[in-house]
Amino acid sequence: MEFFTISLLNGISYGLLLFMLSSGLTLIFSMMGVLNFAHASFYMLGAYFAFTTSQLVGYWPALVVAPLLVALIGALFEKYCLRRVHKFGHVPELLITFGLSFIILEMVQLVWGTSSADYRVPQALGGPLFTLYGTQFPMYRGFMMLVAVLMLIAIWLLLTRTRIGLVIQAALTHPETVEALGHNVPRVFMLVFGGGAALAGLAGVIGGNAFVTEPGMAATVGSVIFVVVVVGGMGSLTGAFVASLLIGVIQTFAVGVDASIMGALNAVGAPITSDTFGYPLWRLKISQIAPILPYLFLVLMLIFRPKGLLGTREG
Amino acid sequence: MPVPGATSAPIPASAPAAGYYEFKPFNIGRWIVWSLFAVVLFVAPLLFTSSLSQTMLSQMGIAIIVCLSYNMLLGQGGMLSFGHAVYSGMGSFLAIHTLNMVGKGLPIPVSLIPIVGGLAGMLFAVLFGWVTTKKAATPFAMITLGVGELVWASSLMFPEFFGGEGGISSNRVTGPKPLGITFGPQIQLYYLIAVYTFVCTALMFAFTRTPLGRMLNAVRDNPERVEFVGYDTRKVRYIAFIIAAFFAGISGGLAALNFEIVTSEVVSGPRSGAYLLFTFLGGATFFFGPIIGAVLMVLAFVLLSELTKAWLLYLGLVFLFMVMYAPGGIASLVMMNLRVAAFGRLRELWVSYLALGATALIVLLGAAGMIEMVYHLKLNPALGPELKFLGAPLNAHGVNSWFGCAFVMLTGIGLFELTRRHFVHQWGEIQEYIEKEVKRREALA
Repeated sequence: MEFFTISLLNGISYGLLLFMLSSGLTLIFSMMGVLNFAHASFYMLGAYFAFTTSQLVGYWPALVVAPLLVALIGALFEKYCLRRVHKFGHVPELLITFGLSFIILEMVQLVWGTSSADYRVPQALGGPLFTLYGTQFPMYRGFMMLVAVLMLIAIWLLLTRTRIGLVIQAALTHPETVEALGHNVPRVFMLVFGGGAALAGLAGVIGGNAFVTEPGMAATVGSVIFVVVVVGGMGSLTGAFVASLLIGVIQTFAVGVDASIMGALNAVGAPITSDTFGYPLWRLKISQIAPILPYLFLVLMLIFRPKGLLGTREG
Repeated sequence: MPVPGATSAPIPASAPAAGYYEFKPFNIGRWIVWSLFAVVLFVAPLLFTSSLSQTMLSQMGIAIIVCLSYNMLLGQGGMLSFGHAVYSGMGSFLAIHTLNMVGKGLPIPVSLIPIVGGLAGMLFAVLFGWVTTKKAATPFAMITLGVGELVWASSLMFPEFFGGEGGISSNRVTGPKPLGITFGPQIQLYYLIAVYTFVCTALMFAFTRTPLGRMLNAVRDNPERVEFVGYDTRKVRYIAFIIAAFFAGISGGLAALNFEIVTSEVVSGPRSGAYLLFTFLGGATFFFGPIIGAVLMVLAFVLLSELTKAWLLYLGLVFLFMVMYAPGGIASLVMMNLRVAAFGRLRELWVSYLALGATALIVLLGAAGMIEMVYHLKLNPALGPELKFLGAPLNAHGVNSWFGCAFVMLTGIGLFELTRRHFVHQWGEIQEYIEKEVKRREALA
């Protein structure tokens, strides 16, 4: 029970961070049809910006400033690069963000160096939130969850309850009509892209000190967020939410389980020795396969439900 | 600085039929091109005899096969894969295991090992492709990325097969030696690679002419209509995926023979990214584009990385500009100029090209000077602020050097803009002339 509760809490908080990351990606994808390959790079930028800003003016201003800076970079990129490529179709759009991810990585290494940055949790949030079965649950994890939930509510309200959300949603399907009604569609797209980048930046500010801020951090989450988006159903925000929680929880639980198929078979009286065919496979512990679980999950999902958990379209 | 014409009317897939020589049943032009390709493959190591150039030529052959196979997906099928290294990499691994077994007495000649790699790549494509080709377009890209990560992560879990950190090494001088060919000297291996490169290129070109190859293009361009005609788009993609993986596997097998060591890095995401990047840079819209890309890839990885620490940054920037201004890659630039040449107007452009090249070089010089200074400050702080850039002494702390570089760059940008305007005007005029000429000839015919 102790293991279960603690893992569940940790899993949910990791899942919520994944959601913060993938929400921006999903937004950009569902609004503009652009798969932003540099999204994880924006996450990394957010963490590094927060690191520098928090050294200058403290953590709380950084929480606001860093996402804004990332949003600015995202908006400028949309305006001067992505928009030009739009007419060539989806593949060049994807490719240009791929190129951007290269450049951001190189720039980050240039400015902040190749080793990890000493970006720490602020003093005020450093303590434990509560103690459960003798294990302390860090306050920062609680803060992370709080911000993610607030973000979810804010996005949902913005998109469904405000005029801006209406314009944004209409701009994807009927750009000409929206334009004719007097809205500046390219600017809407620029804002959406900047907003998505800001969400990634915010995730970076929150995740950078909970985990580690280093140039490899974009690569570690980069593919997992794609898994989240595909599993949740392309372009579905709720789907992304469910999928990120699911993946977060599954992965956290797997890390803690030390069982293997060999152990199970040995227990029921079918011994497996080093001579059995496929011994390395049977011997693997569940904790060892934890890193590949999201991808296995992706593959299984595609086999049994290609449109994703809450997806509405097949393509 | 848009390259004019890059965004204009779609470029015809073949050179304009401004009267090419065809005697049935032979297509003379094609025979000449392929003979030239064979001659280049044969003569190259005789011209560049140093051991560095021989290894580079071998790597180029390997890269040509894998980039062409990648283009079967990207250029012909419109499938943007982020996991192509999985298939070439798995080909490498099975090839090197087979090579080790040959050493223990398995009766397979070394020259056929790449085929084993090809079959391995194919096998994995049958497995993974069934899942990945369920989707097309953007979801396909994400799923191939996921599958790539899956294989990459498992490569660390099975050290018995993947060799862990150290990789798996082998020795290619083994097995029977027909005609005294041991594949010990690099030159012998080069010719093996050259033969494979030629045959694979020819086969892949032949594939574009098959009904399946044509159908693949149709699936790329208009999947709904293909479905409506009664074809299963997914099956077409799946089969093409398997065939592409076969060639990727062959290239992986050749790489295993070439390096005699395979590490799990060959299935990694960055490797897949490199294939994508250079296939695109070479030009995905033309069959021969990836060949250019492959040559550039080896040059960049071997020479550019030696030359400057900032090579990845340069690469990223070049890629960004290419996507923005010439989405057809280098091949499309070449073909546009060939079209101009076919109408006999290329001669007027050479002054402009010279001016464009010279001014672009000035911009590059200034920008590169600054980039190099930044990298120097960051990476070699112990060496002091002085550095040599192309023979010129720069002081990374001095105002003079920065001012000089910035001045050079800005001047270059200004001059480039002037020449560009002139060139755009000229280019537009020539294109108009060509359009008119084409219409006139059509009217005559």
